[in-house]
Amino acid sequence: MKIHQLSMFLENKPGRLSEPCRILADAGINILTLALADTQQFGILRLIVRDWQQAKEVLEKSGAVVNITEVVATEVEDRPGGLAIILETIEAAKLNIEYMYAFTFRSGDRAVLVFRFDNPDAAIEVLQAAGISVVDGVELFDRARQ
Amino acid sequence: MNEFWHDAGCAFHPVSAPDYLPVAQLRQLQLHRLKAVTQRAYDHVTLFRERMDERGVKPDDVQSLKDIALLPFTVKVDLRDTYPFGLFASPMNEIVRLHASSGTTGKPIVVAYTREDLRVWASVMVRTFAACGLDRGDIVQNAYGYGLFTGGLGAHYGAEALGATVIPISGGNTDRQIMIMKDFGTTALCATPSYFLRILERAPEMGIDLRELPLKAGIFGAEPWTDEMRKRIEPEANIKAYDIYGLSEIIGPGVGSECCEQNCLHIFEDHFYPEIIDPETLEPLPDGSEGELVLTTLSKQAMPMIRYRTRDITALQTEACPCGRSIRRIRRISRRSDDMFIIRGVNVYPSQIEEALLAVEGTAPHYQIVLTNDGVMDDVEVQVEVTPEAFSDTVGAMETLRRKLSASIERIINIRVNLRLVEPNTIQRSEGKAKRVLDLRKK
Ligand SMILES: [Zn+2]
Repeated sequence: MKIHQLSMFLENKPGRLSEPCRILADAGINILTLALADTQQFGILRLIVRDWQQAKEVLEKSGAVVNITEVVATEVEDRPGGLAIILETIEAAKLNIEYMYAFTFRSGDRAVLVFRFDNPDAAIEVLQAAGISVVDGVELFDRARQ
Repeated sequence: MNEFWHDAGCAFHPVSAPDYLPVAQLRQLQLHRLKAVTQRAYDHVTLFRERMDERGVKPDDVQSLKDIALLPFTVKVDLRDTYPFGLFASPMNEIVRLHASSGTTGKPIVVAYTREDLRVWASVMVRTFAACGLDRGDIVQNAYGYGLFTGGLGAHYGAEALGATVIPISGGNTDRQIMIMKDFGTTALCATPSYFLRILERAPEMGIDLRELPLKAGIFGAEPWTDEMRKRIEPEANIKAYDIYGLSEIIGPGVGSECCEQNCLHIFEDHFYPEIIDPETLEPLPDGSEGELVLTTLSKQAMPMIRYRTRDITALQTEACPCGRSIRRIRRISRRSDDMFIIRGVNVYPSQIEEALLAVEGTAPHYQIVLTNDGVMDDVEVQVEVTPEAFSDTVGAMETLRRKLSASIERIINIRVNLRLVEPNTIQRSEGKAKRVLDLRKK
């Protein structure tokens, strides 16, 4: 149920963000979503793509430092309160969230939340027990094509 | 008797015999040579004779090794002031080779060798290679630059005289270096330590694991490097990394070398007489104290250097080396006065920063120090490349790494630096001596 996320170290300077996107586009790799966490000095770019192994390879070939982390994606109705239920479940189970971000599909009325947990397996169990839908990679990319 | 002996598992060459001279005999030899070289310089080098006369000192006043303190110092500026041939003590028809430094400013400095000087140079390089455990049968890839720089030809003739197989590849073209290293079965590489880092980094990209090659020794010199760097290099390439020492003004490489103990560098003091002085007062310091290394070439003909101030900070070791060599050792030089920079009134050496960075796990040995001034205050920025081992997808972990690195530096130099993590391969790689400090302050 876990999804492979690529993370990449970026220096905080103009134009730096477009380069990895260009490299992936040239390799014919579609970016499902990306999120940037940045500080004054540097940023960490997080990417979800279908062909994560190939993406890692082409990015590393370009000289980047890339690592792979397993993240958990959940689907939530894109309306007020949808997020609150999930967060409450996580808090109640005392799961530690390293970070999270959200995105929506073009056509959908539902948003996807991506979580980075210390312990993704335990988190998946808790979420599923609470009836929250955890989306696996295949499903995610299929949805993206609709 | 075998032509090649082995000493504590370490190759020993007959030419290395002076390394083991009884001390009394060594001192006698040094005194004899010191008298001769003082006389030679006095007779043939105007600058030296004038300085002696100014002090009212005659060559005959040198009656013991201690009397070396009577002689005037020579400094690098003297070589520039007398450019190109003003310090030569041999006529041109006896000089068979010239080398010159790659001076960053103005005129280079020129050094000269007679045929006998070249023979001595090759012999001290044989002793260097022997001390690093090399022997006939070794394949030596010489990546020091060939040309005016003394490193290339100095190592070349030494390795040949040892009887090793020499690959005179010179510096640069890293991919070809690695290909040849693999195809020819190179067992020893001569290079600057910073160039070896480039090779270490490039080999895996070419799908080559240096640990699986026959390479067993790195003969690294021409720039100061640290023990921390050695600890990183050795396991990554499965080699022994030896520090060697030399400078063109004295002869080139071959002034001193580590032995199999890899603890301090033996100075080939039957040819290069070492003293340690206080760089401020210029007074000689007793063995064991830290100060500036001063060298006198005891047997140089074409260009004798009397009491040459090397600007290198070290100490003479007093204890005997377990390898059995009787020639004295200096602590490895991690600080060169010329590399020192002053920031907010504090003297800082790049090696101190290197030591601090490498003390933190998972960091790359690629760094650069950038000095700026905003008109009011000096600022130091230390740029460090992020490695795959050190990289984390969480901002918190990266900030922690940054804090750890800057705290480690602050602990050593007592100055707060701005630490910037940079992407891999953004700091320029060197094929010779690394340029660690970028000084953008207005002079
Ligand atoms: Zn020794």
